[in-house]
Amino acid sequence: MLTLGDLERSVMDQLWASDEPLSAYDLKDRLSESAAGDGKDLAPTTILTVLSRLEKKNFVVRERESRPHRYVAAGSREDHVAELMHQVLGRETDRTAVLARFIGQASAAETAALRELLSPDRAG
Amino acid sequence: MLVASLALAAFAVLLAWPIPLLLARASWTANAPVTALLLWQSIALAGGLSMIGALLTFGLHPFGERLVESALGLGGAAIGGRLTDVPLLNALALCGALLLTGHLLLNLVYTAIQIQRQRTRHRQLVQLLSTPHTELPHTRMLDTSIPLAYCLPGSQHPITVFSQGLVAVLSPKELEAVIEHESAHLTQRHYLVLLAFVAWHRSLPWFPIARQAREDVAMLIEMVADDHARHIVGDEVLASAITRVRASDPAGGEPQDHLSARVARLRHPEPVGRGLRVAASVATVALIAVPTVLLLAPMEWLS
Repeated sequence: MLTLGDLERSVMDQLWASDEPLSAYDLKDRLSESAAGDGKDLAPTTILTVLSRLEKKNFVVRERESRPHRYVAAGSREDHVAELMHQVLGRETDRTAVLARFIGQASAAETAALRELLSPDRAG
Repeated sequence: MLVASLALAAFAVLLAWPIPLLLARASWTANAPVTALLLWQSIALAGGLSMIGALLTFGLHPFGERLVESALGLGGAAIGGRLTDVPLLNALALCGALLLTGHLLLNLVYTAIQIQRQRTRHRQLVQLLSTPHTELPHTRMLDTSIPLAYCLPGSQHPITVFSQGLVAVLSPKELEAVIEHESAHLTQRHYLVLLAFVAWHRSLPWFPIARQAREDVAMLIEMVADDHARHIVGDEVLASAITRVRASDPAGGEPQDHLSARVARLRHPEPVGRGLRVAASVATVALIAVPTVLLLAPMEWLS
């Protein structure tokens, strides 16, 4: 049984892997080919629900002029990984109240890894 | 009420500097973190109460000798349109009490909202970028070689996140230590205590003690979670888990006070004497009781 969270992740993986914007029907085909779809066909309405949830969270952007609507990822996977790592390892003092880490402060190596992750020349 | 006002002001000064400094420098706190944590909360609460109380009692002084009676007197003056009769100094004190109360409460609300927003965003990112753990519920695996373990509280289903790098450097027993440590944070709702101290520091950013308190409280909370974990996996397993996560860092990092304190107390525990524990508990209650009594007691007691 796939949860909405699993589906969101599968849809994002497809959008990140794709070079062009995808419609719900494109995604339905790609998901049923991939293991993530469980080999079963998903209803296009289910995929549209997932897409609208992702759009609300600013992870995907809808191309309004096309019919049916086509979707692209708002940022690359690497961008989002960098954002997540920044929240975990960043040095903002209030971060400790957001999430509780086993080992509190970021070490020199973690900060270096983070800097590398965030450096603009890494993006490709 | 002048006596009460002066006493509250004096108490506020004690709570703003010498008392918290004494606690921050005490060496027993690492071995009795729960007691120390309660004492910090008592100091913060009593400090706020004394500051606001001092201003309030001074401001209400012209209206009567007791808090309730004089507050009613002020209310009556407001309805009767005689507020302009309040002497300037007293009016300023009343405004100060009002502003300080509002400032502290609004900061708490604002901080809570902001932290909740950051958590929601982080949760969304984790959902997309991690995979569910095959055995543990509400646990996600992050694909990075940096050893990471953290929990994200504050919703119906708090989640715990581990990285592949963490699993790679720890033995199964050490991993259990980390899991227990994180679950203690969640079940004991440590994030609420931390939220209050983060908000307190934000309200008074220029106040060094507020910063000290926030840092001490953050460390004590880690020690409380360590105490939960050590009871289950043993002192040495937990200590080695902490040092291993630390050592897997290729640059070695710099030795950090908090971490070495956490390991030291596991390897060389120094039980805190009964007398000290009782004294600290009495102080915790007394710090709250003193300003409360000063605020509410009939003034005949004091004069």
